[in-house]
Amino acid sequence: MPADTIAFVLRRVGRATQNSISRLGFAARFFALVLYHSPAALRRVQLTLREVYFSGVLSLVIICVSGLFVGMVLGLQGYDSLNKYGAGDSLGIFVGLSLVRELGPVVAGLLFASRAGSAITAEIGLMKTTEQIAAMEMMAVDPLARVIAPRFWGGVLSMPLLAAMFSVMGVFGAYIVGVRLIGLDSGSFWGNMQGGIDFWPDITNGIIKSIVFGVAVSLIAVFEGYDAKPTAEGVSTATTRTVVGASLAILALDFVLTVFMFRGAAS
Amino acid sequence: MNRATIDLWVGIFVFIGIGAIVFLALKVGNLTSLQTTPTYRLEAAFDNIGGLKLRAPVKAAGVVVGRVDVIRFDPKTYQALVGVRIDQGVQFSKDTIASILTSGLLGEVYIGLDSGGDTAMLADGGRIAKTQSAVVLEKLIGQFLFDKASTGGAK
Repeated sequence: MPADTIAFVLRRVGRATQNSISRLGFAARFFALVLYHSPAALRRVQLTLREVYFSGVLSLVIICVSGLFVGMVLGLQGYDSLNKYGAGDSLGIFVGLSLVRELGPVVAGLLFASRAGSAITAEIGLMKTTEQIAAMEMMAVDPLARVIAPRFWGGVLSMPLLAAMFSVMGVFGAYIVGVRLIGLDSGSFWGNMQGGIDFWPDITNGIIKSIVFGVAVSLIAVFEGYDAKPTAEGVSTATTRTVVGASLAILALDFVLTVFMFRGAAS
Repeated sequence: MNRATIDLWVGIFVFIGIGAIVFLALKVGNLTSLQTTPTYRLEAAFDNIGGLKLRAPVKAAGVVVGRVDVIRFDPKTYQALVGVRIDQGVQFSKDTIASILTSGLLGEVYIGLDSGGDTAMLADGGRIAKTQSAVVLEKLIGQFLFDKASTGGAK
């Protein structure tokens, strides 16, 4: 029956829309609750510091190594293209701008989402599966203040620092390739970079971006963990959703932020 | 992992992170533009500003002494009015010549200031009377071709 089929399809679409809207609403309410419980959580700084250790310090190696390699590749590829127009000396500004404005926050955010975000989701999801969260509620300990908020703030604090380290390692990698390997003049490398990049707005915009990505990734990670089905399959699905959702959120937010930030630079 | 070790590592992490931001600010970017050194305003009218943009540097003897602040069109004289902010410590004489220059063939466009011999100095809000417009490459080429053609015809 075509009428039945149409009704079936419509019902499916309707249910999917309702589900996603209610999830979005739940996530927004969850965000408000996390913020509401933050003062209580931040009063016990030790909890947040522990999360900075797990999501920040332990991500250092992957962030620094990736930054170095991204910088070296940018150096090689950028020099190759720029040299066609006789502008090989502009490598410094090319690498610096692309790292500080875009690649630093975005790639560091993507790595952070897969390295730290997935771990946060899996940890909270497993806590839920093993009923640790329910046990806390039984003991009148608020899991939002004890478990969720410290992880959220740990991520938010770590992300800008990690992005800055990524950019520095990238610039260093480009320096190794450009100056040491290709033989550009070290003075023109740094001079061009300093001449073309301003602290305000270029570097501050990069920092703002990394803070926004930190909030987005941490929120998605704790939300997916808290919302996970308390089964082995549920935890694995939630972890996947964190990585996919956070990566898409970073890329979409990056576009929106770039449109607002560099509108003046284009004209 | 005990508490002291975690504290130590977090401390190191935060210090490296802040160090990275400071490195970006000082070595990669130029923090000088953040400085709010006191400035004063000057104005100059040009027939053609070429590719001059806002925040373009104003240089005297090749040293940056200020930045372009506003660019607008004067509908009465059909000229471009360019307002610049000059660092407070730098004074220019009344007969200063402002010219729009390009660093290199395809480099950035900036305003060059050449101070004259007048002892009177330009005050805040003053007007630079002598200006030299941007050289438009297409016009230059056109002129050159025209000259070539006319000398060729006379031969």
